[in-house]
Amino acid sequence: MIRSTRRSRRTVQVAGVGAAALLALTACSSSGSTDSSAESDPSSSASQRLSGEVTVFAAASLKESFTTLGEEFEKQHPGTKVTFSFGGSDSLAASITGGAPADVFAAASPKTMAIVSDAGDTSAAPETFVRNQLEIATLPGNPDKISSLKDLTKSGLKVVLCDESVPCGAAAQKALDAAGVELTPVSYEQDVKSALTKVELKEADAALVYKTDVRAAGGKVEGVDFPESADAVNDYPIALLKDAPNKAAGQTFIELVRSAQGRQVLTGAGFLEP
Amino acid sequence: MTVRPAETLRGGPRRGRVRRRGRAVPLPLLVPALAGLAFLLLPLIALLLRTPWSTLPEQLTSPGVWQALRLSLVCATAATGLSLLIGVPLAWLLARTDFPGRGLVRALVTLPLVLPPVVGGVALLLALGRNGVVGQWLDAWFGITLPFTTAGVVIAETFVAMPFLVISVEGTLRAADPRFEEAATTLGASRFTAFRRVTLPLIAPGVAAGAVLAWARALGEFGATITFAGNFPGRTQTMPLAVYLALQNDPAAAIALSLVLLAVSIAVLAGLRDRWMTAS
Repeated sequence: MIRSTRRSRRTVQVAGVGAAALLALTACSSSGSTDSSAESDPSSSASQRLSGEVTVFAAASLKESFTTLGEEFEKQHPGTKVTFSFGGSDSLAASITGGAPADVFAAASPKTMAIVSDAGDTSAAPETFVRNQLEIATLPGNPDKISSLKDLTKSGLKVVLCDESVPCGAAAQKALDAAGVELTPVSYEQDVKSALTKVELKEADAALVYKTDVRAAGGKVEGVDFPESADAVNDYPIALLKDAPNKAAGQTFIELVRSAQGRQVLTGAGFLEP
Repeated sequence: MTVRPAETLRGGPRRGRVRRRGRAVPLPLLVPALAGLAFLLLPLIALLLRTPWSTLPEQLTSPGVWQALRLSLVCATAATGLSLLIGVPLAWLLARTDFPGRGLVRALVTLPLVLPPVVGGVALLLALGRNGVVGQWLDAWFGITLPFTTAGVVIAETFVAMPFLVISVEGTLRAADPRFEEAATTLGASRFTAFRRVTLPLIAPGVAAGAVLAWARALGEFGATITFAGNFPGRTQTMPLAVYLALQNDPAAAIALSLVLLAVSIAVLAGLRDRWMTAS
């Protein structure tokens, strides 16, 4: 089965180069565009040529917004199918350098993207498309009256952080350093979602997670902003991959993510504009 | 009269028999058997090949490694002890008594064997967490909270490892002849005395084999531990957790840690196997 998809991918690649060239032209000349970035026009003839599967490897924190964008992409380009693999940026990067057949990689930090670009696996320089800021997630109603990072050191308070080896943990440490706060958590979690889960299940009183995760959790946690989060903003880079089996569609997906429409979905989920 | 633990648990038939049959192994069996062996050994060989031997001493002398290894050994041993304490009686109940729904109970006891450990961790959180079904009372009445504590690690490991002990002991009990116990009770011993003085010595090899399996499983436990007990160096960070987190940004360290865990597992399994698991 793998072999047959590879064969068809090759033909798609050949057709894709032409489609990409056409797309670039129509994107530049599209008059309806309100911002400077390239926007894909659903009515252009070039987009009709897109077909097949687009495989997008994306950081777990992008799950909600990218799923929405994937559905939008399939609507704009009938005949295409967007397949996502959401996970920790590090493990996704490892799969890509290990040869996983992906078209697009969207990472939660420049460091994890560098693993892929340093290996020469990106087809162009990665570009930052959104940024994510930390927030304190507390129990609903904020019963412990947490209003700053300093409040997290109150005795008896159970706080979880991400492990420093993952992007949210590195950001959390940066913010704590900036605030001059020394914090001993009850646990260093392996990713941002499991840190949040501990608060959602009320096992921990607070966690340092991304704003987008607090937003995605709905009313199960409450977000508290803190000024030092400005010192620990994470950039999210996106790149087309060198061995992408469906380059044209991959490029068009990146354009959708970076379009005004894409930006609207992402900021709606709590991301900051780059 | 010999006690026969389940074949898989005592490592197959006796050596003498294997040797006698070894001369006449048919090719259609030998080839896939060797492929199976290679399949199981290849990842271990790869680990050895990729080990950064030159930097290994400094990787292994870091205090974090010993802290994690010590915690792993202590928690796995405690989990095995707890499993023996409540698992052997449970196995006896399943093997020697008859009650309605016993088949269902047996199935439920073995559930953690097939349950993804992370699911087990979530279930433990919902049961014994600070806000859990039972956990909230533990917290309110005794001030005990299990998540994020070393006790939590032991609980998580016991949940995953105890079924190995239970099925091993239950199998041994089923194979053991109950007439000895009956004889003891007819001679005036209480059922508990008969269990303690007759049954237990009879099934000792099966119990030991089950305990070794449970210990090894507890040592390697990852999913339930990180979900239920979290990850804090020295308190809840066992070796598998340390390996996983090291893999995120320092693969060489992860390989070194894996090697330690591998060596400890092999040493214990090999050492105990000869002493206990093949004895009858």
